[in-house]
Amino acid sequence: MQYTLLILVLPLLSFIVLGLVDSKWKPKVAGTIGTIVLGIITALSYYTAFEYFTLHKVAGVYEKVIVYDMEWLRFTDALHINLGILLDPISVMMLVVISTISFMVNIYSLSYMDGEKGFQRYYAFLSLFTFSMLGLVVATNIFQMYIFWELVGVSSFLLIGFYYTKPSAVAAAKKAFIVTRFADLFFLIGILILSFYTKTFDFTILTAEHTTVFAGTTGITFMGFSVLSWAMAGIFIGGAGKSAMFPLQIWLPDAMEGPTPVSALIHAATMVVAGVFLVARFFPVYYFQTPEVLHGIAYVGAFTALFAAVIACVQTDIKRVLAFSTISQIAFMMVALGVSGYEGHEGTGYMASMFHLFTHAMFKALLFLGAGSVIHAVHSNEIKDMGGLRKYLPITNWTFLIACLAIAGIPPFSGFFSKDEILSASYEFSPFIGGLMTFVAALTAFYMFRLYYSIFWGKDYTIKASSHGHDDHGAGHTPHESPFAMAFPLIFLAAVTCVAGFIPFGEFVSSTGADYHIHINLTVAIVSVVVASISILIATMMYRKQSTTPDKLAKIFSGLYKGASNRFYIDEVYMFITKNIVFNNISRPIAWFDRHVIDATMDGFANTTQWVSLRIKGFQSGQLQQYAYVFLFGTLLIAVLLFIF
Amino acid sequence: MDYSSFLQMREELSLIGVMIFLLIFDIFASKNLIKYFQPIAFVLFAVHIILNCVPRDAFEVAGGMFQYHPMQTYIKTILNVGTLIVLLQAHKFLNNEENKIKRGEFYFLIFSTLLGMYLMISSGNFLLFFIGLETASIPMAALVAFDKYKNNAAEAGAKYILSAVFASSISVFGISLIYGSTGTVYFSDLATLITGTPLQIMAFVFFAVGLFFKISLVPFHLWTPDVYEGAQTNITSYLSVISKGSAVFVLFTLLVKVFGNLIDQWQPILWGLAVISITIANIFAIRQKNLKRFLAFSSISQAGYIILAIISGTAIGMTSLVYYVLVYVFSNLAAFGVLSVIEERTGKVALDDYNGLYQTNPRLSFVMMLALFSLAGIPPFAGFFSKFFVFAAAIDQGFYVLVFIALLNTIISLYYYLLVIKAMFLTKSETPIELIKSDFPLKLSLVICTMGIMLIGLFSAIYNQIAVFGFGI
Repeated sequence: MQYTLLILVLPLLSFIVLGLVDSKWKPKVAGTIGTIVLGIITALSYYTAFEYFTLHKVAGVYEKVIVYDMEWLRFTDALHINLGILLDPISVMMLVVISTISFMVNIYSLSYMDGEKGFQRYYAFLSLFTFSMLGLVVATNIFQMYIFWELVGVSSFLLIGFYYTKPSAVAAAKKAFIVTRFADLFFLIGILILSFYTKTFDFTILTAEHTTVFAGTTGITFMGFSVLSWAMAGIFIGGAGKSAMFPLQIWLPDAMEGPTPVSALIHAATMVVAGVFLVARFFPVYYFQTPEVLHGIAYVGAFTALFAAVIACVQTDIKRVLAFSTISQIAFMMVALGVSGYEGHEGTGYMASMFHLFTHAMFKALLFLGAGSVIHAVHSNEIKDMGGLRKYLPITNWTFLIACLAIAGIPPFSGFFSKDEILSASYEFSPFIGGLMTFVAALTAFYMFRLYYSIFWGKDYTIKASSHGHDDHGAGHTPHESPFAMAFPLIFLAAVTCVAGFIPFGEFVSSTGADYHIHINLTVAIVSVVVASISILIATMMYRKQSTTPDKLAKIFSGLYKGASNRFYIDEVYMFITKNIVFNNISRPIAWFDRHVIDATMDGFANTTQWVSLRIKGFQSGQLQQYAYVFLFGTLLIAVLLFIF
Repeated sequence: MDYSSFLQMREELSLIGVMIFLLIFDIFASKNLIKYFQPIAFVLFAVHIILNCVPRDAFEVAGGMFQYHPMQTYIKTILNVGTLIVLLQAHKFLNNEENKIKRGEFYFLIFSTLLGMYLMISSGNFLLFFIGLETASIPMAALVAFDKYKNNAAEAGAKYILSAVFASSISVFGISLIYGSTGTVYFSDLATLITGTPLQIMAFVFFAVGLFFKISLVPFHLWTPDVYEGAQTNITSYLSVISKGSAVFVLFTLLVKVFGNLIDQWQPILWGLAVISITIANIFAIRQKNLKRFLAFSSISQAGYIILAIISGTAIGMTSLVYYVLVYVFSNLAAFGVLSVIEERTGKVALDDYNGLYQTNPRLSFVMMLALFSLAGIPPFAGFFSKFFVFAAAIDQGFYVLVFIALLNTIISLYYYLLVIKAMFLTKSETPIELIKSDFPLKLSLVICTMGIMLIGLFSAIYNQIAVFGFGI
């Protein structure tokens, strides 16, 4: 299966070519090339999945296959960095998810980004992102993963800041980069500790079931926890940064400043699940070696899920609602991993997490692309500018509804199946977490339908007197359905959302690689469907027609409302810590030292050099006699000095 | 007597063959054929390079007069490639109406000096060495004065030949003292006979300054800026790269092979020379307004860095030296290539003339920038790696202070290299140099240099391959 190497090479080539020619090619050409390349990659990924799942089952277990391996840097015989391609159920699944969503986003952008300045650059960055994300999931070792992990961060930075003339976009790009980079610092520390004690970077060695590489870590503790726990916690913090777990979630809502298709690709379906993927990749290590860290992940996930869901209920920017919903849903996956056992039925959580990753990627991308279609039509992100759009945007309306039903967990849409598995795994772990997650699921249903009704129902759409900046429509226009290039991805993803739940997912992906048969736990299923339906009902009553109920409720819970709409002031806390504490007490003194000690030394150095240079310039007189004199003098001086010393 | 062993001197013989053919061709070729003089010369020389680029086993000719070691193939190939690049860059200059008639001479003189360097590199005896040294110097003086009706060139030629003669005479005086104290001039015998008597030390010092002159170390460097400035730019580049490259290699082999017992004497000498060469050259370079003089001082300081590789005297030092020369060939020739084409077309060599070059000649500015970055030793360009290996070789032998001083000096050098880059890219100019259309050979040479600068550092195999034949004390 050497051809899988093409999956990495093609997007890289596409990035280099598109990046180099930049504006020399017409936007159409660049866009088409980018999209075709992605199409090929998607086809290759599907073929890889097909071949892997049919051929590589040994004794009922999917094996880990390394189809390509190259030694890149060698430190010692044991410790070396390789670059390669590792195929196992989760990486193959990720290949399918990433290439599908990326392909859809490429098609969608052809129309959505049409006429934007820097269209070619946009496609180059999309290719770079796809390359890094694909490289991340097929990494054979932590170090390769870390390289691509950073590349993902960079390309995300580039895409968020795509509108680089807009200050808010630049600020958001910086924020996303700095926050995730800060988390990556812990990731790197984790990698270093881990490899220091185990002498390997290799995933296949680290995650083997009965491995002895951790023998070196036994008995070494630091502040009450074993050194391995610290390493794995550090690695998790890296994942938490990319996956926007509390308290590192602050960058994701701001990242919505990027173009909407980018949000769909990066901030809904692919990059943000990298953290989940990371934990899943290390799952055996977490489970066997550091169960306390795994449980910590479950609690962090549960809290984040609740926290983000509450905030999502009151946001008024549709993309931000979706952003918080993403945080909450990813937290679901984290919880599922945290509560999971390892073998057989115990492994429900792991399977459910991956399943939810798969279904969520599809319907969340659909939601974002739908939101993009709405924004395209009304030129605003704010709920107050929308309402009653179902007449104008029928396709968007239907596909958005399907996605909302899926995320709310209503059968037969895909979200129901995966969420149900997560809930039943949670109940088995602890009724408290199970109950909490059911409540969050109810909140999810509520805020999604609040969003749905506010966009497509509610008050009738009022055509504005003059639309800003859209010259070709003249003064004011009725919103219109998006062109085919945008509608097609919506329909495709909606179709996937309708059927994905029936994929026997457990047969492909499970913690051990062996078959896992999904049983729907009827009690949990019925409870969650009923709760979700009630939430939807409440949302219907409150938002379907214009009513005053929401305002009244906001007044009654004014404290909670205000806190939630300000995202519980977490951003302010960060600002306080960085500005008042870090800047004043650490950065200022360092800056002073830099300016008055280091710079002054360098200035002195420079001044001395200039001075000496002035003094000795007479040496170079241009007179040959003098040259010969200096020459001879130098020779004799050397000889004399040699004899003296 | 068996003359067949002479046939083993393949590099020298094939170069002589090329020279003689070109000389006869230049004189007797018809008008139609003579148009192809330069292409034919390129092809022949390229064939010569390819034929002689594979190392052979070590051997001796004429009872140790001529000693071959596989490492010599590498250094000769590097010099060959550098010479080819210089010739490509000189193509346009030699096609000018007034130079057409002289171009046969140009090639013959260049190849003669190259042959001299070959002999210096492979010599096993001070006599052959001295013949090589003079064969490399005297035609060089003719080359420096190639534009003999230009005052600058004539002055430079005179300065060069007088300085060279002065240096050679001191050197040959040193050799005579060596012969006087040991009774032989064969390297293999001298290694044991030189024991460190005061006379021998004296002889060594006198002999070595002849090479220091070639390498242009301070204080034997005073001729360099004047000659570099006066000579035609392509000759300057040849002088600064090829001539210097061969001399440092020879210095290293002689120090190791012949003067190995005097290591306690030559290490402090080199220590001091390296420090003052790098420092003084840097300080002078800051003030230069003429880019040719500027590159002259830059090349003096580069020579100082190479001394760091020589001073260790180890196999690592030898490897890093050859590697340094390799990288230096590409970096410096790229800078000189840009300089020469601009001087050739516009006659401008002052730093101020380069203001705003990027506006009109983005590609030339880009090549120049890469070259200067590489000379300054900025990663990931090749110059960074070559400096790194040289420093590593010196550190390996415990020269911490020396490396520290050298490192400080790289900061100064970065300053003046950046001055040029600033002028090209940032400073705006009312009258920038107009767009220059480069001819094909020049483009080819710049492409080769650019590839070298960007790729050599990334392929560790190159260093490892050189290391196979490294030798030292």
